[in-house]
Amino acid sequence: MSVNVKLPTILRKHAGGEARVDAQGATLRELLSNLEGSYPGITKNVLTADGGLHRFINVYVNDEDVRYLGSLETELKDGDTISILPAVAGG
Amino acid sequence: MTREFTVEEVQRYARHIILPGVGAEGQRKLLEAKVVCIGTGGLGSPVSMYLAAAGVGTIGLVDFDVVDLSNLQRQIAHGTSDVGRPKVESARDALNEINPNVDVVTYDTILTSENAFDVLGPWDIVVDGTDNFPVRYLVNDATQMLGKPLVYGSIYQFEGQATVFRPGRETPCYRCLFPQPPPPGTVPSCAEGGVFGVLPGIVGTIQATEAIKLATGLGETLEGRLLIFDALTMDFTTVKLRWDADCPVCGKEPTVTELIDYDQFCGIPSRAD
Repeated sequence: MSVNVKLPTILRKHAGGEARVDAQGATLRELLSNLEGSYPGITKNVLTADGGLHRFINVYVNDEDVRYLGSLETELKDGDTISILPAVAGG
Repeated sequence: MTREFTVEEVQRYARHIILPGVGAEGQRKLLEAKVVCIGTGGLGSPVSMYLAAAGVGTIGLVDFDVVDLSNLQRQIAHGTSDVGRPKVESARDALNEINPNVDVVTYDTILTSENAFDVLGPWDIVVDGTDNFPVRYLVNDATQMLGKPLVYGSIYQFEGQATVFRPGRETPCYRCLFPQPPPPGTVPSCAEGGVFGVLPGIVGTIQATEAIKLATGLGETLEGRLLIFDALTMDFTTVKLRWDADCPVCGKEPTVTELIDYDQFCGIPSRAD
């Protein structure tokens, strides 16, 4: 499965400054693991120490929050867009 | 009794009054509306200025800070001669210059669990333009408990988010979106991370749009959707925003039933703007 991942500014430094990267994975867990392989450090603030999703960074498959899909086991389809969205507080 | 426009108001609001969908009725609703802006910085400046221009009758400004030279790159309600003045005074002058008919109520204070109900109580619509997590969670909880619509906007470097939280039956709140704030030290403030100067102008203008739509009943607001904006790619995305049945504030069995301050677990500098 090839999907397109939209990265927030805070994670772009791990991906050479790119705003979007293509990556592979049948599930979200697999995708994040592959991303980490390609861009070491990129999932450090997305995943908790025990491998779950943090509650202050949301991940969307297309327009749906994965918390309402299958969380890390959410199955991905070719062409899906994954958005990673951290809580920000600036004003 | 229907409020009659003065001759000056007919001229001032002519482009709204002739605009299908707003019209005289919509303009009257704006004149009667009471909107409070939490923060008069990057977001609060464009929000309050557009609300004043639109003729929102009563505008509240909440901020404890004073104008700093480093604010002027983006906080357009303030000018060079305002450096050192309380932001609420500087912003009040800016709004009155745009539209002297607007009644501006200033609160030169930090919003806390002690004063939040008193400050927010008199208002119809709350606009969140603050710069830190503790006040964002506080504003969310208070508006949920008071049953007031909250126009949310937030920025970081080149990215912004905006939505409308409207308390009601199974409607989401900020805690449904982000149940927990990031741990201290993981997210830099604007002072530490920088902010693209025009970014709050874009996001704040979106917030003003939503506040005006709420006040007039015009169109569809961002309720149930989160708008995500990236200035670098000029990408506007909306994602679904769902009610969380387990939300501690608006869920089926709320565990947060009174206001609390979050400073104890949010170590992010709240004065850094």
